[in-house]
Amino acid sequence: MMALLRRDLTLAVRAGGGFGLGLSFFLIVVVLVPFGVGPETALLGRIAPGILWVAALLACLLSLDRIFSLDFEDGSLDLLATSPLPLEGVVASKAVAHWLATGLPLVIAAPVFALLMSLPQEGYGPIVLSLLLGTPALSVIGAFGAALTVGIKRGGLLLSLLVLPLYVPTLIFGAEVARRGVEGQGYGPPLLMLAGISFAALALLPFASAAVLRVNLR
Amino acid sequence: MASIWEYANPLKFMRTTERLLPVVAVAAAVCLIGGLIWGFFFTPDDFRQGSTVKIFYIHVPSAMMAINIWGMMLVTSLIWLVRRHHVSALAARAAAPIGAVMTVIALFTGAVWGQPMWGTWWAWDPRLTSFLILFLFYLGYMALWAAIENDDTAADLTSVLCLVGSVFALLSRYAVNFWNQGLHQGASLSLDKEENVADVFWYPALVAIAGFVLLFVALVIVRTNTEIRARRTRALLARERLG
Amino acid sequence: MELVVQDLSVARGGLPVLSGVSFSVSQGQALVLRGPNGIGKTTLLRTLAGLQPALSGNISLDREAMAYAAHIDGIKSTLTVEENLNFWADVFELNEIEHAIACFELGSLRSRPAGLLSAGQKRRLGLARLLVTGRPVWILDEPTVSLDQAAVALFGAAVKAHLAQGGLAIMATHIDLGLEEALPLELGQFRARSTLADNFDEAFL
Repeated sequence: MMALLRRDLTLAVRAGGGFGLGLSFFLIVVVLVPFGVGPETALLGRIAPGILWVAALLACLLSLDRIFSLDFEDGSLDLLATSPLPLEGVVASKAVAHWLATGLPLVIAAPVFALLMSLPQEGYGPIVLSLLLGTPALSVIGAFGAALTVGIKRGGLLLSLLVLPLYVPTLIFGAEVARRGVEGQGYGPPLLMLAGISFAALALLPFASAAVLRVNLR
Repeated sequence: MASIWEYANPLKFMRTTERLLPVVAVAAAVCLIGGLIWGFFFTPDDFRQGSTVKIFYIHVPSAMMAINIWGMMLVTSLIWLVRRHHVSALAARAAAPIGAVMTVIALFTGAVWGQPMWGTWWAWDPRLTSFLILFLFYLGYMALWAAIENDDTAADLTSVLCLVGSVFALLSRYAVNFWNQGLHQGASLSLDKEENVADVFWYPALVAIAGFVLLFVALVIVRTNTEIRARRTRALLARERLG
Repeated sequence: MELVVQDLSVARGGLPVLSGVSFSVSQGQALVLRGPNGIGKTTLLRTLAGLQPALSGNISLDREAMAYAAHIDGIKSTLTVEENLNFWADVFELNEIEHAIACFELGSLRSRPAGLLSAGQKRRLGLARLLVTGRPVWILDEPTVSLDQAAVALFGAAVKAHLAQGGLAIMATHIDLGLEEALPLELGQFRARSTLADNFDEAFL
């Protein structure tokens, strides 16, 4: 499984698409929002947690269909399914690779984007923390959606339609952590819920994803 | 001893349900017309809400159906996954659009009711928001059915989606409650319908609910049988191509 | 080691295409599937490889014994030849790729990105992957597509060597590889037949 993780990361680095694309998209959203709502610092600061979270979610969504479809098209997925690796492990390591290539860069870059959105000082810790705990859930849930649509040509739009409703709880708790942080309230409960969703998704969803992949491969 | 699984045979299912259909359809019509007329014309106006309260007779049953139809899809999906009865998967497929329409009706009547009551067509109230999310789940479920050519593959995938979706729908419901309390203080907009409804309003509402349930059963029978026939046609065509 | 298949029925798109397939292949033998397009060769091979469930019947060996190679090779164009092979060797927990590189004469290409290979070279790389699986039963679906004569000879030699080491091979191919160990199996005899009936059952047929 480490080999698979290593390969996926190498592919993400060599083919671009992974690290660069998600971050650039994140940047563009953050640049566009002030054009839409006006440059007023107070307003931007107030909506910053939500915007950062929605932007992270969309940046994540952008690269989801690559998780399995490339491997499906070139036959690697068939070969992986016949390999000694359990398919659940394949799904999990691919989701982790997706997170390392898309989610983690967003987490690391979040303070810079928060600066652009004039997020108040108190919000920096919570936004980074919430993205750190929440983006793994986005990758794992996204991998489930990608597994569902892997056999469908041009399934990107369908993938979004399937995955976005599943993202609702993660988004709500994630943005809530950041918002409460900005307002100086305690953000323990939503943070725990967020972590719970991430870990539960990581532990359970690969089984559903692997089952769905098997159906799609036969 | 006859087993309920006998009806998993498509032919047996179709023969039985088509005998039942007229009865169910007539009962649905009677209950719906009766319940709604009773509710609309023979109950007093609410002292606070006036006659606007009467949309309640459509709003509440459709909202209940919207949720329960998803529950029925969950059960039939599980039956398909465990016992591989095609009729079960097709019934789930047949029920989804009805559920989506019920959700739209609930949202629409809610908006129409909300306008005079709360002075707004839409508010991000937990219940309204949850229904909107439920509608999105219906849309995704139907889109997945439509996107896959192979029937068995589609049945498998949508069933798993229904299972996973149910978990996330529940989680969303909880999250939305949580989220809204962060914004508003308390649930000032939500209505505790059952508690402050007097019997005089409640009996016609029960009849209307029964009408909606029967209507749903009738529609599901028709739609499932259509799906079975379409499925049979596709199977025959496919075999003809094979020669 | 012997692969015994009994009364196997396989389906494509929910429709049975082959039924009652029975054969046995023992160590050092290769089975060549024959039959017109659409008869179900690929479906049968995928079923043997464990990628899809059989409708009924028995396969004596576990899917863990099978190494599968299909029309497309699962090659990543941004990885080099060596990296591609190393990855599969890691996945199959084998750490030796030199033998595979030598067998398919990939030595001079080893550090070239797979995207720059010709179709035939890619195919050779895809087949070299079989050697790093360390599995006894090769399941090959049209292995010689886009190979030139010299490469076909290389491939033939690789299969021979595999069989000589006690391996098995099941392949669908139209080209004669010059294997005297090859047994042909005509699939036409197993074509699934069913009668149209008004009384359809669970499978809608």
